[in-house]
Amino acid sequence: MGTFALHALLLLALCCSAGKCELQESETSAQTDSPGVDPFMSGPDEPQASPVEDRANLPVFTMDYPRIQVPFEFTMWVLLASFAKIGFNIYHKITIWIPESCLLISIGLIVGAIMHSVKEEPPAVLNSNVFFLYMLPLIVLDSGYFMPTRPFFENVGTVLWYAVVGTLWNSIGIGISLFAICQFEVFGVQDINLQENLLFASIVSTVDPVAALNVFDDIGVNEQTYIIIFGEGLFNDAVTVVLYNMFTFLAALPVVESTDVFLGTAQFLVVAAGGVLFGLVFGFVAAFTTRFTHGVRQIEPLFVFLYSYLAYLVAECFAISSVMALITCAITMKYYVEENVSQSSCTTIRHVVKMLATISETLIFFFLGVVTITTEHEWNWAYILFTLLFAFVWRGIGMLVLTQIINPFRTVPLNFTDQFGLAYGGLRGAICFALVFTLPDSINRKDLFVTASIAVITFTVFIQGISIRPILEYMNIRKTNKDVDTINVEIHTRTMEHVLSGVEDLCGQWSHYYWKDKFKKFNDRVLRRILLRHNRAESSIVSLYKRLELQSAIGLLDSPMGDLGAAPSLLPLHDERKEATRPKKKFLAADVRKMHHILSKNMYNIRQKTMAYTNKYDLPDDSQNREILICRHASVRRSLRAASFRQPPSQHIPRSQKYFSLQPGTALRPPSRGGDVQHRSAPPSRSPCRSPVPLERLDTIEGTGRASSRPSSPPPGPDAWDHRGPRGPEGSGFGGRKAPGRSHSDRPDEGEPEDRDGREHETLLWDSPRGGGGPGSG
Amino acid sequence: MGSKASTLLREEEIEEIKKETGFSHSQITRLYSRFTSLDKGENGTLSREDFQRIPELAINPLGDRIINAFFPEGEDQVNFRGFMRILAHFRPIEDNEKKSVAVSEPLNSRTNKLLFAFRLYDLDRDDKISREELLQVLRMMVGVNISDDQLGSIADRTIQEADTNGDNSISFNEFIKVLEKVDVEQKMSIRFLH
Repeated sequence: MGTFALHALLLLALCCSAGKCELQESETSAQTDSPGVDPFMSGPDEPQASPVEDRANLPVFTMDYPRIQVPFEFTMWVLLASFAKIGFNIYHKITIWIPESCLLISIGLIVGAIMHSVKEEPPAVLNSNVFFLYMLPLIVLDSGYFMPTRPFFENVGTVLWYAVVGTLWNSIGIGISLFAICQFEVFGVQDINLQENLLFASIVSTVDPVAALNVFDDIGVNEQTYIIIFGEGLFNDAVTVVLYNMFTFLAALPVVESTDVFLGTAQFLVVAAGGVLFGLVFGFVAAFTTRFTHGVRQIEPLFVFLYSYLAYLVAECFAISSVMALITCAITMKYYVEENVSQSSCTTIRHVVKMLATISETLIFFFLGVVTITTEHEWNWAYILFTLLFAFVWRGIGMLVLTQIINPFRTVPLNFTDQFGLAYGGLRGAICFALVFTLPDSINRKDLFVTASIAVITFTVFIQGISIRPILEYMNIRKTNKDVDTINVEIHTRTMEHVLSGVEDLCGQWSHYYWKDKFKKFNDRVLRRILLRHNRAESSIVSLYKRLELQSAIGLLDSPMGDLGAAPSLLPLHDERKEATRPKKKFLAADVRKMHHILSKNMYNIRQKTMAYTNKYDLPDDSQNREILICRHASVRRSLRAASFRQPPSQHIPRSQKYFSLQPGTALRPPSRGGDVQHRSAPPSRSPCRSPVPLERLDTIEGTGRASSRPSSPPPGPDAWDHRGPRGPEGSGFGGRKAPGRSHSDRPDEGEPEDRDGREHETLLWDSPRGGGGPGSG
Repeated sequence: MGSKASTLLREEEIEEIKKETGFSHSQITRLYSRFTSLDKGENGTLSREDFQRIPELAINPLGDRIINAFFPEGEDQVNFRGFMRILAHFRPIEDNEKKSVAVSEPLNSRTNKLLFAFRLYDLDRDDKISREELLQVLRMMVGVNISDDQLGSIADRTIQEADTNGDNSISFNEFIKVLEKVDVEQKMSIRFLH
């Protein structure tokens, strides 16, 4: 962190001083480098050099800073923010407690302080056009592209309820309260009329609950709460922009009549529906285009960006909600495009979307920090404090009221913790600042608004953002008193929860099933035929699986886990048989607590609590799913392939049964022990399927796998490791790609050891850091 | 699709299933349409592949076990009756559970729910959860980050807490006893909406 800060400061000093020095430099450069000057005769000869200079010798070295100033400083700022992120992420503990927006604002403040001290002005590039045409679409594209569609559509009513009605409630509530405050002469803000108050209120009620999402994931709120806050953050951008435009228009009017309000509402609906329509059209056109791009893979990602940007611009042109258009376009497009384009294009698109969004958001926060220090502020204690108060209060009340109304309609009602999380997690973010900064100057007291919104943003981001985690943890811990539960209860309840979520998925979703089914049929029959290049009737599980496996195979090769040259420290492999016959261990309370802790940290979350879309600044995190899928992929693949090859059941069921007995942990046993485990699990694989247990096959696979690689000496450790190791990642990688061609019988011979290798070395390598804790942890 | 489904399922069958499982008429028809949509082979039964095709089940750590629970011993096809019989375990317990006269204990009683969970662990049906069986399920649930020693200790502790007769495994009665404070009815119930 220190070196980065140093680098950053150096860069900053450079770019600041460069701005001032360019004039002097362009002068001196001509002097010092003109070839006519004798380098030894510097000082007294300078006046003599000037007539030589008048001949305009070819300047060998010049420096023209103003030419590159704007892009240079832009690049510097983004680079600086990226350094800060690197530095921040090195200290993981910090990122848990402090949200990233805090970080960005702090950096902006520091930069602003430096600029202010060198009396430099920030480039006046953040105006309305730049924001609305260049920065906002990037942020919105990111939200729309990575939106989790399934939970969203299942909860669309609730999400829209909170997003639309909630934002309206907040805006109007805050606006009217502030207007009431303005009536008091003592505060000195009488000249702000109702429209301006409403305008300001609509800006201030935009929430950006990114930080809250991280905390929610760790605490574990149910999926509905999660998607509500996510959707709210997404949609109130749209709502706020519409309200902003409406109120700006109204603020310019001297008198507001009730017809204007009606027209406003009508406009709102037209705007929203129109946006969705535009988005759909562009989305389908984009999907259709990608059907033909197989020959030009390099420019495939371009289409995604071009079409979404087009949707945005065209909607802007017609004054329709461009944000809605962009979101709808992204959602529609994503599903079909990701099937049409190549894997690398897919990855490129995702990364570029994230990068652009990060740049945009970073710059906005930077401006926030810089503007905070460098501009003239109009500070009015009363107005600002009341704004803070009302923002907080109205959001809280709004949440309570709205939840009361909608809870009866929901399958899973929101409890108090959820509501508190929703209310408290309403941080303000970049959009709020950008909107207020780009207010037309015709609004008097604009400076007050800017100051007030900066204050609100800073307060919510720093104070609420940092404190939400401890508060929610406290509230949650009070409810589930983990120490009282026995280990049994903890394990078995988690088992039951997994079972429940599995059976729920099996039954499908109830209330929307009819429409979902209808849409699916329409999709399969019409849309997929038109829009997809290869309309493989591939089930989603196979494509999901292939995608995850491919990524994981590549990931394994890249990650340190794939580097098997460094043999992990040898764990003393406990002979499990000995443990079982050991006299019963005494478990201290501390051990039990530790077990609880280990379990709670490591047990897989239930699907509802696993959010692939936790952090706005990260790509979706598939790692839990990947792990589970890798661990299960043998059985999944076998049953899928069995279906396509029509193998007799007796041949493939045993393998999946065999899979039940083989867990990554057992593979670490020495061969004798491993055989023992197989033997002991022979009964399980026998009875459920009533077919002869292919014990011999099990042994031979293990035998061939092990005998070739393991020396006969007891610790199978490093040699076996190194030998088997390199096959591991390739194994799993090739395993995925070998899918169609090979015959079924070949698969297990290679698949099994490879699979186990893959899992083994995952297990062992994860074990190694904890090697020291092994014997002592019991 | 709705009307097509109910014509394939005869009224008498619906009545029988109703008696056996306690589901209502509309619930049964809905579940039947789900059954048929899963049944890609369209032969009136589901195989394991049909279940594997559900993506959410694929990323459920206990997916294999759950799927296995649907298939009676030794078979790999399950018909609608069997499907419903298993799903009946997850019906919420209502206060006026007097409907089912065919079976002495309804399928969704607390004991039967616990038995379902117990059978997830106990693959060999010897009415005991041995240490290895427990370890298997534990390993499925915790992923790759816990060492074998730690997991072994956790399994030991689990058995120690539950085992009252000293046979180093958990019998069904011990299982019931150890979960007596847990609201199993709520944890193993799905609200099947109309």
